[in-house]
Amino acid sequence: MSEGPLLSVQGIFAGYGPIEALKGVTLNVQRGEIVTLIGANGAGKSSTLMCICGVHRARKGSIHFDGEEVTDEKPHSLVAKGLAQVPEGRKIFARMTVLENLELGAYLRKDVAGIKSDLDMVYTLFPILGERRKQLGGTLSGGEQQMLAIGRALMSKPKLLLMDEPSMGVAPILTAKIFDTIRELNKQGMTILLVEQNAHLALKLAHRGYVLETGEIVLEDKASSLLTDPRVKEAYLGDED
Amino acid sequence: MSNTEVLLQQLIIGLSNGMIIALIALGYTMVYGIVELINFAHGDLFMLGAFLALTVVGALGLDAIPEPALLSWGFIPLLIIVPLFCATLNWSIDRLAYRPLRDAPRLAPLVSAIGVSFVLINIGLFWGGLRMDVFNGGVAAASPKDFPWIVSSANLLGPDSNIILTWNELLVFAITVPLMIGLSVLVKFTRLGKAMRAVAQNPTAARLMGIDVDRVIGATFLIGGALAGAAAVVYSSYNHTIYFQMGFRVGMDAFTAAVLGGIGNLPGALVGGLVIGVIRAMSDQYIATEWTNVVVFAILIVVLTFRPSGILGATVREKV
Repeated sequence: MSEGPLLSVQGIFAGYGPIEALKGVTLNVQRGEIVTLIGANGAGKSSTLMCICGVHRARKGSIHFDGEEVTDEKPHSLVAKGLAQVPEGRKIFARMTVLENLELGAYLRKDVAGIKSDLDMVYTLFPILGERRKQLGGTLSGGEQQMLAIGRALMSKPKLLLMDEPSMGVAPILTAKIFDTIRELNKQGMTILLVEQNAHLALKLAHRGYVLETGEIVLEDKASSLLTDPRVKEAYLGDED
Repeated sequence: MSNTEVLLQQLIIGLSNGMIIALIALGYTMVYGIVELINFAHGDLFMLGAFLALTVVGALGLDAIPEPALLSWGFIPLLIIVPLFCATLNWSIDRLAYRPLRDAPRLAPLVSAIGVSFVLINIGLFWGGLRMDVFNGGVAAASPKDFPWIVSSANLLGPDSNIILTWNELLVFAITVPLMIGLSVLVKFTRLGKAMRAVAQNPTAARLMGIDVDRVIGATFLIGGALAGAAAVVYSSYNHTIYFQMGFRVGMDAFTAAVLGGIGNLPGALVGGLVIGVIRAMSDQYIATEWTNVVVFAILIVVLTFRPSGILGATVREKV
């Protein structure tokens, strides 16, 4: 294990054609932290995650993961290095069973025994997935699909878990359960970068937070300070309190 | 010949050709399933496979055997060389003509596929026009070539039977059935097969699982090409005539079969192929050969009107 932050993003620019979605985003995640990235719809939160995991290419700037420069790495080599994402909209494999989805999470792993024990770990975390292991992913409810997406990401045994809007399209009671699980995973040592539109929930869970506005980081602080920051309160917390 | 015998005979022909169509349809449906591209060059790849088969037959002197044995060993080199050639060619076509356009609008690779199709057709024309011993000193490029019998044409039901069933028909099944079983096992159970299904269902999620999507797409083109190569060998030795436009004719049947069965769906390609094969044979016999294409496409239109996603089209709706 090397010194320094687990993830360090330095001034990345990215966009679709002429539209600049990210205009010099800089952030870092220390080992063992939960860091949240909040912001309005279209601020560039998902684009940031997609650049980190290599699906989108950053036009400028650099990304370091676990002490190595990974700016131009392909997604599959980043997964091999220990990066996993729970993508926006879950993106589970709808015409595959729950078990097949989880097995695909471990696609790059060869340690059969380790995969087996991680599968048991996921079933302990989310017992409903064990009960429905033979059911097609597309037939699960929104919340169950979210659990499946988290379980699938954990199956790669990541060092850093990127999570994009885990509360979206999920019933409130399941959202609470999912956020408890994130806290639990973090206690066991998992480092997490969480993107959320529900700023209140995210800031209560995270250690530190960044606020993204139209492709730029406008604020960064401890999560507890951001929760009470008047600018954050006005723009993102609204009637949550 | 009684009515029942005529019907049975046409059924044998229809099912045999249906299996061949299905093998080609698999190539269309696999590629569509994984990159949503209708690979218009696929039929022409099949045509080039048939031309290579004829060249190999000539080189091995298989055409010079006056009375081929029941089971000719000649099939073995054909079934290795031709699929290998078609697989490599199909992979190269993807690498050169489709992969650079992967992120371009959907229409771009489609146009590219049509272009590749023209190139392959013209290679076929050139190939057919070359002087080769098989062609008895060379004939006009565009004319159909006879493909020699490489297994015995003796009727297995005895010389007195009105229904003709030879090793040629049995070989069609002996080759196509194991290939299809092999493909389903590969797709269902192997690591590559799972990766292929993952890429087909959600390419972004597949990337996030650590799947090298470009390699999986390349493998899909390899497998589809190999199946087209096998289909070319079986088609040529069963129908005995090959010509440079056959890629369009047979390819259109195979594409129709893929759509009829539900494009992107592997069992659908088999069902669609058999349906098209049998309809063709029946229409040839009971309506008129000239009307067969009309009948086939009329049925396609009717099926798609009532079942737009094909006979076995997708049933699970994704929740958003």
